[in-house]
This record gives sequence, C-alpha cells and structure tokens, in this order.
Amino acid sequence: MDLYEYQGRDLFERHGLPVLAGGVATTPEEARAIAERLGGRVVVKAQVKVGGRGKAGGVKLAEGAEETVARATDILGMDIKGHTVHKVMITVTADVAEEYYFSYLLDRANRTFLCIASVAGGMDIEQVAAETPEKVVKAPIDANTGVDEAKAREIVTAAGFPAEVADQVVDVAVKLWQAFVAEDATLVEVNPLATTKDGKLLLLDAKVTLDENAAFRHPDHEALVDQASVDPLEQAAKAKDLNYVKLDGEVGIIGNGAGLVMSTLDVVAYAGERHGGVKPANFLDIGGGASAEVMANGLEIVLSDPSVKSVFVNVFGGITACDAVANGIVQALALLEQRGEKATKPLVVRLDGNNAEAGRAILDGAANPLIQRVDTMDGAAERAAELAAAGV
Amino acid sequence: MAIWLTKDSKVIVQGMTGSEGSKHTRRMLAAGTNVVGGVNPRKAGTTVDFDGTELPVFASVADAMKSTGADVTVIFVPPQFTKAAVVEAIDAGIDLAVVITEGVPVHDTAAFWAYNKSKGERTRIIGPNCPGIASPGASNAGIIPADITGSGRIGLVSKSGTLTYQMMYELRDIGFSTCVGIGGDPIIGTTHIDALAAFEADPETDAIVMIGEIGGDAEERAAEFIKANVTKPVVGYIAGFTAPPGKTMGHAGAIISGSAGTADAKKAALEAVGVKVGKTPTETANLMRELMSGR
Repeated sequence: MDLYEYQGRDLFERHGLPVLAGGVATTPEEARAIAERLGGRVVVKAQVKVGGRGKAGGVKLAEGAEETVARATDILGMDIKGHTVHKVMITVTADVAEEYYFSYLLDRANRTFLCIASVAGGMDIEQVAAETPEKVVKAPIDANTGVDEAKAREIVTAAGFPAEVADQVVDVAVKLWQAFVAEDATLVEVNPLATTKDGKLLLLDAKVTLDENAAFRHPDHEALVDQASVDPLEQAAKAKDLNYVKLDGEVGIIGNGAGLVMSTLDVVAYAGERHGGVKPANFLDIGGGASAEVMANGLEIVLSDPSVKSVFVNVFGGITACDAVANGIVQALALLEQRGEKATKPLVVRLDGNNAEAGRAILDGAANPLIQRVDTMDGAAERAAELAAAGV
Repeated sequence: MAIWLTKDSKVIVQGMTGSEGSKHTRRMLAAGTNVVGGVNPRKAGTTVDFDGTELPVFASVADAMKSTGADVTVIFVPPQFTKAAVVEAIDAGIDLAVVITEGVPVHDTAAFWAYNKSKGERTRIIGPNCPGIASPGASNAGIIPADITGSGRIGLVSKSGTLTYQMMYELRDIGFSTCVGIGGDPIIGTTHIDALAAFEADPETDAIVMIGEIGGDAEERAAEFIKANVTKPVVGYIAGFTAPPGKTMGHAGAIISGSAGTADAKKAALEAVGVKVGKTPTETANLMRELMSGR
C-alpha cells in the first residue's frame, strides 16, 4: 500500500524524525484552521499518489490564512495526471540550503534491502544515477543486522555528506531504518532530505510503501487505506475476502489461482481483438477451494459491474475438484436468484483437470440457458468475447 | 534423477497437525511421497494416522531429522510463524525447505533468506507462497496435484500455481522430470535461474518450460543466464500482457511499476536469447510439443 505524503510525514514524525510542522485538510476551511495554527508563510501541497504535481500547479506558497484558503480552493478538486486532489497538506516553510536524497527499499533481484543515498537530491534519483552515477551510493542492507550507527556512518561517508551535517544524517539514517522495519515498509524515500540555512536537517518529502502481508501485526495500518479512492466493487470484494481488481472491459473473469487468472485476462484480450475490441472487465481469483458460496460471492461482484456483458469462469481443478466447482456455479446461480439478483448475463465455463468430466456433466445436467460449456481455455475465451461483443 | 526431490527423499511436514498440513500430508502420501513425520512441539511424542500410515510428531526439525533421516521439510505454518519455522529448518541443516505458506511479510522472508545466506545456503528454500515441487511418479512435496501428469523428460519452473497445473496438464502426453513452483512473492528462496541451472545439469531433463509473470526482472535475468549457461531448449510463457500498471495481480510481486516489470519486456528479453515464447498456455505447450517431437 502506497501512502500519501501526509501519511508518510506523520509516520516519520511518530518515529522521531525531523519533519516540518503541518496538517492535512480536505476543505478550504480546514486549511484555514491549519494556517492559523501554524502562522506566517506556509506551503500548500496537493496529496496525490503520482509524481509531477509541482509542475502541474499542485504546490503553492501562501502568506497567512486568507491566501492559504485561496490556494487550497485552487488545488482541491484539481486533476493531476488523472488523479483528483481530495486533500492538501499544509506545512510551515523551510529556508533550504542543500538538498539530498535518502531511501531504503526492497531489492528483489538481490533478495535483500538496499539503501540509496546521494548528496544530489531534489531531483529524480533515477536521472541522477544515469547521468552522474558517482553521486549515488547503493548499499545493500542485511535484513538481520540492519542499520546501526556504524553502518549509517559508513553510508554517510561513502555518499560524501558534508562533515557539518554528517552526524545529523547518521541519526536520520538509523531512525529511518527503525521506522522501515517497525512499520514493515518496502519503501521509505526522502527526496529531498534538506538542510536549512541555520544548519538543521529536515525530511521534506515522504514516499512510503507498506507491506500488506504484514497487516496482521499492524492493526493501525487499516486506517491508512484511502477508502474514497478504492473502487466500490473492489471494496465489496475485499469485505468478502475476494481478490478482485476492477478493469475497464466487458468480459467478467472468474478463475482460480493468480497466474491462471492473469493468463485468462490475456487470452480474453487477444480474443477480444477479433470481437470488436472487448476486454476483460476485472481480475478475480477465487483461490484454490471454490465452494458454492465463494462462487456466488464472486459472481455477484462480477455481475454487479454494469459494464460486464458476459462472464468467463476459467477453472483448472488441481486440488479443487471440478464437480465441486460445477455444483458451486449451479448453486451460485440459484443463490443469486434467491437473493433477488438473478443473473441475466451469459456464463462461459471452462473446467479442466481434476474430475473435469463429472463437472461438465453437472453443468450439462443443470440445463441452465445462461451456462455455456466450452472445454478449452482459448475456445472459451473466444466464446466469451463473442458474447460480450454481441451484448454490448 | 529429477532435481532436488527424488523417490529417496524423506519428507517431514512442519504444521502437519493443522488443517492444511494434514490435508496435504494425506495427499502427499497418496502420491507415493515418503513422508516420515511431522513437527509440532506441543504434540511431540504423539502420532497421527493418515489412512493407516502412522506418522510420528517431533518437537523440532532437528529431532525429526535425527530420528528419521529426513532431508526435506514442507512448511504449512501460518504466516506469523513462518520465519521461525524456516529458521528452525535452516538451523537443523535440512537440504530442502519448501515453504507453502501464503502472505508472509517480506521483512520476514528477507530475514530468513539473509540468515540462510549467513549459513552458507546449506538449505535450499523454495517459496514462500508457492505450490511446492513435484517429481511425477517419484515424490511430491507441497500441494501440486500428483495425478495431472506422469513422469517424462520436461522440466518446469513457474511463479504460479494453477498455471503450473495447466501447463502440466497440457503436456501430460510427454510428462515431466520435475515441476517446481517457485512462488510469486517479491523475495523467494529459489529463482528461475536456480531451477534452470539444475535442469541443465539433470540428465533426465531434455527441455525446459519456464513460466513467468509481470513484476520484477527475474525473467530478464533468467534470459541472460540462459544465454550464457543453458544448452537445453527452453520454451517460455509470461502471464499479464494486458495487466494495467500499478495494480497488484494476486501475487504480492505481480505488479508493473512504471515501465518496469511488463510482460512485453520479459518476452523480448527471452526471445532475444532464442527462447520461444507462447502467447497462451496452449500455444506454449504446442511449441514444446513441436520441439520434443523433433528429438
């Protein structure tokens, strides 16, 4: 889960890191209250999970409460690269002397963590690394020994931080590592890490990604989820423990196993090229055990998407037996009817693997006009795309 | 021979007394796997009956190895306890630890992987969040259904579970030496490269199917490895060509960030080193079938 800057700032503050005083507002009136509390000159920053907001006009200075309200009014509701601004962060300003870069992240390729540090901060670190690689230090961090003062000093020396800020950077490096571990983050990026003209070190930006697999030991992370920007169908699916991602096509997809479902999206998209350009409407992985109830919940979510014109149920019976899945589908349709949400869209079902023959027989026996059985994945995708194109 | 798992492998199960653990222990036994016991400190000294096979429960992996000569452990414990279970297996010096558990925090995986490295990688770890490893007709460690295919001369390495089963099913007419599901997490104990190297060295494997998916650059690195080190033919499949950037597709690691991790980039990297890449699982299987029929 990617955090907004203000959430990252709060997280840094909780871990004793030096950040600018500030607050977050969803309305101009809230912005006024924050500006009055802070006093003097402030900066109003659009909270969006996309880069380039400065260039888009999403970061403005303001002098006093009235101007803060005006700037907040401008920025709230603004569209930045397809992201609507719902919140602004307001902080006091800093008299910046130097800008540096500092981050910890997951290094998948080397199966460890990595510290990236540079005295050339404030700009895109990828660009700095490409143009002046000597200015970027990449230090692998052992997950078990982490970053203590000695390790931090090693990084700070290697990156060439000026002597007068070295101690402060070491302190930030250690605390930032502690925050990275304590919060189960996969990324903490500070760009810029800045010194002020009076020699103080400050974390002026915060990019934080948290590991959702670690949610069980962070009950407080739930509150960081931005409910407003979560698709309502995705939200409904999550409440039912379903792994659903909304896409923008017409063919509803239900399958078992993440890889197979991803593959199903591709196969449907290819078939769609031959049928008016229809595309997959969603990703939905119902997992290994597809009981009738899970299937009903899945169908309910997929069918409640108004853009869905046909549904492709693609199941490979591995551990799950296909006869159980077939029963699940038949019962799910009955269950939906009982709930008063009778399905009307055609369902193309492909069952293969464990007990596939028995499963197919159950589908045939049910003689439900909505169910169309196709026995190969490619053939079923073709049929589903064709039906979606006809139903559009 | 197969790779890493043979008919002589002696398998224990960490979490054997739990619901998933016991369900799959029964399946592994039915597949002919030589399961010799389980580990659960609270139930040490008891036995569990699996349709007439009495399996002893030990207090620790070390105890189980001492009593049974086990060289493989399959781990089914919940995510909260996975790190401790893997560290215990590493400390006991077992050859192979197959971590089935899904939802392990990546800090925990990074920690047990760093620990394994500090011990000289004595233990091969597969997973976490993987279906395991199966050498059809010989042994099965994990949750891969045993009856999809028989033994043959294709090696399979894949990030995904059901997609692995699909490919095994498509090519059941030829059969497999070993199928390895390496898992879709950002950090995994066994990579595509590890499996490619092992298949290259395995006299019972003639050709390799490699299944990848969006996210990371493991497939690109595998392509470089193939170019330099693999002489056996490799056929590839990548899932997620149409996945949008920024959305996690089921697996924690399956996400396109910016321009990195796309299926197109992976396909191009593989094709550049002579790997034929199929558009769909069926097409991929056909590429392999053509290749094997010419041998």
